[in-house]
Amino acid sequence: MKHLLAIDDLSRAEIDGLLDLSESFIEVTQRDIPKIPALRGRTVVTLFFEESTRTRLSFETAAKRLSADTMSFSASTSSLTKGESLLDTVQTIEAMGVDAIVVRHPCAGAAHRVAQWVDASVVNAGDGRHQHPTQALLDLVTLRRRLGRGGFDGLRVVIVGDIRHSRVARSGVQALSTMGAEVTLVAPPTLLPESLEGWPVVVDDDLDSVLPEVDVVYLLRIQRERLAGALLPSQREYTSRYGITVERAARLKPDTLIMHPGPMNRGVEIAAEVADSPASTVTEQVANGVAVRMAVLWSTLGSGGQIA
Amino acid sequence: MNARDAAKPEQAATPEGGRFFVPEHGEGERSLVCRAQVLDADDMRRAHTRIAHEIVERNHGADDVVLIGLYTRGVAVARRLAEAIERFEGAAVPVGVLDVAFYRDDIGLRPVQPLGPTEIPVDIGGRVVVLVDDVFFTGRTIRAALDALTELGRPRTVQVAVLVDRGHRELPIRADFVGKNLPTKLAEDVRVRLEEIDGEVDGIEIWGPAEP
Repeated sequence: MKHLLAIDDLSRAEIDGLLDLSESFIEVTQRDIPKIPALRGRTVVTLFFEESTRTRLSFETAAKRLSADTMSFSASTSSLTKGESLLDTVQTIEAMGVDAIVVRHPCAGAAHRVAQWVDASVVNAGDGRHQHPTQALLDLVTLRRRLGRGGFDGLRVVIVGDIRHSRVARSGVQALSTMGAEVTLVAPPTLLPESLEGWPVVVDDDLDSVLPEVDVVYLLRIQRERLAGALLPSQREYTSRYGITVERAARLKPDTLIMHPGPMNRGVEIAAEVADSPASTVTEQVANGVAVRMAVLWSTLGSGGQIA
Repeated sequence: MNARDAAKPEQAATPEGGRFFVPEHGEGERSLVCRAQVLDADDMRRAHTRIAHEIVERNHGADDVVLIGLYTRGVAVARRLAEAIERFEGAAVPVGVLDVAFYRDDIGLRPVQPLGPTEIPVDIGGRVVVLVDDVFFTGRTIRAALDALTELGRPRTVQVAVLVDRGHRELPIRADFVGKNLPTKLAEDVRVRLEEIDGEVDGIEIWGPAEP
């Protein structure tokens, strides 16, 4: 694997290979000294054109645990225009001698463009509303560790929230359906994409009728600016129709898992009691994220291009 | 090319220059023929039993011993040794599994893949660790294993047990317990079959290029 740009570039076998590989790195992250010499002498740069704390820290931690050197580059979206200056930035960074570039950018397709320009490996850490492949992979690892191997076939997953603006949802739908899960989307009509053509999903607008049937509830973050705008009437109305409140959580099957990519708005899309309950996988997702990103960096830099 | 590499023919086809046997015709797997079966299932059973006895004898019992198998076939060999020790010594010896991929010295020179998660069931600090592998060849796998062990704890002693020593060491590393010394040519390949891994009756064979 030279780059990781989008989930739909991966076959089911390749995803399975990355999930298996992640298990090796989960063991490493649980050691007293969670560091291995696998990518000694390699340099990984995180190139973020968009605010992020957890994804950047997760990638940098992953690189450091593999003994790679890390550099980081931040730019607010306002200080750089797209196109040429992205090219200039990338060429400057590559000239310093880097082996992998982890890119986050507000524009869909940015990571693909960067991959065309450089010899280094490129990992997409989120491009606009398009893709966030490592998030989808860490969600799969988290699910597989809870459900066991083969747990994806026929698994019923509902994704709730702002599907329209969510790269997590796009990558997640592709990853889950590739693995054999059945995905339902529940969202206010204003927060669904204009077209769902080609999406392997069912859409429903009544969360309460869906919840008793599902094995996994995947909640997306509601961004505050959407609440202020025309897309949603109010936080209270969103929570009453789409939030996982304590009352709603009580109607789930006892083994239903609740996932959230973070950062959570407690009390909006998820009640604090639900977020902290044993059904919630939120902290496992963060912990597994480091191991998955180690697996991705290893697959692009260390393994000679093979996934498994 | 040792038996572990033989299990992954796509990796064996692109070793780093000269370090492993590079088949000249490219598709090495198909052009090698079986030269001889050197150990059959009975021989292998006896070899396991003898190595198990030697480990207990050398360490004056099995109290502090931890067997650590190297993926893939070393794990199966380690489990067999533990069963044998339990049988005649009545002591349960912990068995760990170790993946050395991240410690290899040829990362970036050829495709290297982890074969599974490392699992060490006990604290190895102060104990006698016996690294177990099927074929002992260049010594580079054991070197990587020693590095990996260092990060997991500080054993009192580290020993090496192998089913077959085929020679051609490239590092100053030796084995403490050997099932069979088997002088080979570099162009040959030693193949170990273990029932629990390969689904076929146990055996060790030497494969080599067909005679012209």
